Amino acid sequence: MSRLTIEASTPLCLLQDAGRFGVRHLGVTQGGAADWCSMSWANWLLGNELDAAVVEITLGGFAVVAEEDCLLALAGADLGAQIDGQPLAPWRSFRLAKGQTLRFTQPLLGARAYLAAPGGFTAPKVLGSSATVLREELGGLDGMGLPLAKGAALGYSGEALATREMPSAQRPDFKMHAPLDLVLGAQIGQFSGQSLFDVFNSAWTIDSRADRMGIRLLGAALQYQGAPMISEGIPLGAVQVPPDGHPIVLLNDRQTIGGYPRLGALTPLALAQLAQCLPGAKVRLRPVVQDVAHREHVEYLQRFKDR
Amino acid sequence: MNPRVEVVALDCLMLRLFDEIAEANMPWMLAASERLRTAFGAQLIDLVPSYTTLMVHYDLTLLSPAQARELIAEAVVDLAPNARSAGQCHVLPVWYDLSVGPELSLLAERSGLAVEEVIRRHSAREYQVFALGFAPGFAFMGLVEEMLAAPRLSTPRKKVAAGSVGIAERQTAAYPVVSPGGWNLIGRTPAKLFDRHRDGYSLMQPGDTVRFEAVDHAEFIRLGGDDTPLEALP
Repeated sequence: MSRLTIEASTPLCLLQDAGRFGVRHLGVTQGGAADWCSMSWANWLLGNELDAAVVEITLGGFAVVAEEDCLLALAGADLGAQIDGQPLAPWRSFRLAKGQTLRFTQPLLGARAYLAAPGGFTAPKVLGSSATVLREELGGLDGMGLPLAKGAALGYSGEALATREMPSAQRPDFKMHAPLDLVLGAQIGQFSGQSLFDVFNSAWTIDSRADRMGIRLLGAALQYQGAPMISEGIPLGAVQVPPDGHPIVLLNDRQTIGGYPRLGALTPLALAQLAQCLPGAKVRLRPVVQDVAHREHVEYLQRFKDR
Repeated sequence: MNPRVEVVALDCLMLRLFDEIAEANMPWMLAASERLRTAFGAQLIDLVPSYTTLMVHYDLTLLSPAQARELIAEAVVDLAPNARSAGQCHVLPVWYDLSVGPELSLLAERSGLAVEEVIRRHSAREYQVFALGFAPGFAFMGLVEEMLAAPRLSTPRKKVAAGSVGIAERQTAAYPVVSPGGWNLIGRTPAKLFDRHRDGYSLMQPGDTVRFEAVDHAEFIRLGGDDTPLEALP
């Protein structure tokens, strides 16, 4: 088994995979990489299963030292990664020689970087997944839901031979702010006409109250005119509107059921895009037909098949 | 019962069966749940039941939205309530005491009943598990009788002990782990409600029934209960 020793970390540096499934009826949340596309690409670069365990680094402040010569991969945000002070751009696999330090300094483009190792980082599966969920004390290196801590060892036992780079045409462009696709939900017709206009015709600002449970959008206050709701299942990406009228996009660590009305839910591709937005960024919402979004999603997954 | 299918996300559909919370919904909800699990098989990722709805999260690489909708429609044709009780019946021992259930006195005051009578009435009923949520293994149960109903605390506690038994409106629940919470606390159970090493993980599952049984302090401790008073929680 090969090892990296963590030299610096923050509570926002977590071991993640695709998340927990088949347990939502027990009140267990999904967890998993917030930007599932970048996680998948990091694994793709090493020929891993796309959902192998990776390190999700949000905003930076993470550093590891290689205990042996390693071949690793980096995808997602550019968090100013450096190997012994030399800049390392994302979207590639790279060698980290024994004794070298990989350090993430500060967000230059995007918010979350994904570090992968051959075969995935080793961690126990708890309820089918290694995804770290602090609130539920599930997943992570010791299975108890703790963030990655300084001094801990990240191990892996797979092998990868050659370094590779992702073709630039395939890389998501975090600079381009495409509208976020929203699948309309059942309560959409119960918002006021003005609210419906505002939802799709104004820019929304990402609030600083943003974590892995949800991201609040600041803009016009929306008005729901329907009857109060009984709690029901909440899908990933649901855009709920609490009584204060400010929408919240619910992410991987969301509660499993809830009773606020919803505009609908962002598509998985839109969520990957949103996960890379920093507080203060402006986003727009765009309604999408479910079938069209489904086709786009299936087409996107096809890209991972080219090895 | 009037089944409707609604879009909730790219890969999730909501089957809505009822418009109100009622114990009588449960046999229908369980029947629909069984039908959906059978109909979707390996194409089902998660099925999230709540009081009046079942959210179907399907594998969008195997099914189109139209196919998923079709499967749900077929699954509920001639739906009949599940006559046999599919769920398990649990008896949860509870130590009802002011040190771990300070709102016992509030509920007594509101209802005009003696504290002993509040306890007797809470433990006299068999409750349905409507849904799990809020935290792993947190079961929303009901309905408690009208006399015992009380709104959530206006300021939720920062820390509620694991095993705490509470009431909110006409629902009752027990906290599986230490967490913040706004329910009116009336006692504590030594039962382990969520265990990652147990088959099925959660003691209670949607559709199960639960009865609370009053036990004294000695029995509570013997069963492994932690009697740390709320205000002394670390």
